[in-house]
Amino acid sequence: MLELNNLSVGYDGRYVIRNVDLSFEPGNIYTIIGKNGSGKSTLLKSCSGLLTPKVGSVLLDGKELSKYPANQRAQKISYLSQSTNTPNITVERLLAHARFPHLSYPKKLRQEDINIIYRALGDMKAACFIHDSLRELSGGERQRVYLAMQLAQDTPILLLDEPTTYLDIEYQLSLMELLQKLKAQGKTIIMVLHDLEQALKYSDQIIAIDAGKEIYTGTPDEILAGGILRKVFHVDVQRSDYRFELKNPAAVSSEAVITVFGNSSCRSR
Amino acid sequence: MHGGVKAMKFLRNFFHSKGAIFAVSTLALILVIIVSLCVGVVIYTPVQLLELPDILRYIRFPRVMAAVFAGAGLAGAGVIIQTLLGNSLAGPNIIGVNSGAGFMTLVAALIFPLIPQMQPLAAFLGALFSVMLIYLLSRKAGTSKMTILLSGVVLNSLLNAASEALCTFFPDVHMSYAAFRVGGLATVQTLVLYPAAILITVLFIIVQCRANTLELLSLGDDTAFTLGVSVKKYRLLFLVCAAGMAGAAVSFAGLIGFLGLIVPHGARLVVGDEIKKLFPLSVLWGSLLLLVCDTVARTVFAPFELSVGIVISIIGAPIFIRMLLKRKVG
Repeated sequence: MLELNNLSVGYDGRYVIRNVDLSFEPGNIYTIIGKNGSGKSTLLKSCSGLLTPKVGSVLLDGKELSKYPANQRAQKISYLSQSTNTPNITVERLLAHARFPHLSYPKKLRQEDINIIYRALGDMKAACFIHDSLRELSGGERQRVYLAMQLAQDTPILLLDEPTTYLDIEYQLSLMELLQKLKAQGKTIIMVLHDLEQALKYSDQIIAIDAGKEIYTGTPDEILAGGILRKVFHVDVQRSDYRFELKNPAAVSSEAVITVFGNSSCRSR
Repeated sequence: MHGGVKAMKFLRNFFHSKGAIFAVSTLALILVIIVSLCVGVVIYTPVQLLELPDILRYIRFPRVMAAVFAGAGLAGAGVIIQTLLGNSLAGPNIIGVNSGAGFMTLVAALIFPLIPQMQPLAAFLGALFSVMLIYLLSRKAGTSKMTILLSGVVLNSLLNAASEALCTFFPDVHMSYAAFRVGGLATVQTLVLYPAAILITVLFIIVQCRANTLELLSLGDDTAFTLGVSVKKYRLLFLVCAAGMAGAAVSFAGLIGFLGLIVPHGARLVVGDEIKKLFPLSVLWGSLLLLVCDTVARTVFAPFELSVGIVISIIGAPIFIRMLLKRKVG
């Protein structure tokens, strides 16, 4: 379980978020929403340990997060960054890095690790890119590969900053379905989303940050009923029957996709 | 597709899995070492050379080793610096690492004229200072590659000016600054060379053993951190290694330009950015290139010799310009 106690975080003497108390339970999806610059990413980064609290604390299973050795922390929390460098290495090599927190020096992959890597790539329908260089992939393909890397890290807590960026609607929806599956496995998922529709549909808890840095939490229904979206975004949102649905959820399962692996490339280049 | 790129792709596919490129490069290096030992003002056969142990031991062997280790040190430092700054245009000479080492070497030569062994240490400190300064600047400036390069160029110019000033005020500095500035192996002192060579070897082994970690850092600090790397600790370790490799090379070979920039870039085209392959291949090619250039420099106009720095720059400048045009620096 991840807990934020009276947390204040900021950069260069300026607070971005103040006095936040939150706790994240296993088997739930938490979505952070708010306007640009409201501190969504900052909040997520504090959960990952990337930002150290100025005041208050971040507790992982009752112990202060910053007290964890780097390796142990990486076995528990994975983080999908909004911006990543793309060195000219193969997807296979990138995914191998995701297993390193679980391995001791000299970090040789076991069969078990290789299976996890293939499963993660299958889940993101990215198995066919395995021998491609990161640089050769499009934005969306690269995003799927980074998501697969995070899945391969196989942590109980997943932090995702705008995971649907660059993704076609097909992959956005299958990602959301996949997150539901991970949640059912007892994982804690905390993400930042821009798409309110998806946030309200797929989350168990919404964390809404308004421009005055006030933080509202509640189930999607509570958030809707409480008029929080009006306070935060200055828009009126109402329920509607019109929704995107994934017609064939079977296509999302890893078994259906993993057979693709073996082809050297998904498309001719 | 461009012919050169096509050829590079072919080379990459051909060599990638087989490690053949390492075998070929190693063989080439051994061959060039033997040739380089044999040629000079007088050309000997290898058998004749073995009968002249003094020439071998005191003249040709140190010279060849100087080229091998200086090339290795500069190219290795180039890979590390480019990886940490996420910028393939940031060679150790461009961002002032070499000039930092050069300045401190001069200071050491001035203060301890009779202890040349101090020079590698001083060069290391100078290189470390530059590397740290550029790194801190790049942290402050965020991801702007232009800012990093520009601040490096400014630092480079500042340190070179300081070196010039030092030579103006103390014209009797123990070493020839003119030769030092273009870089050359003609006046290599074994007292400086051997400790520096050992340092370069040790640092090479350390970095190669931690190649995975360096590669993780190339994914960006945030990603490396969340994948369990103690970012601050390892960044410091690699910066120290880069400074050590560049500093050690500069301490006996002078300010050789371009090598630390172009060699890793060439190796990247063949093996990509995978550090486990890129780092050793760059080191190998650095040695090879510098040895070839030095052999050319001391034989084409024999008994006069060109400075190896001149030969490298003549080859390096066009390659660098081509790189700039192709990359459209971002």
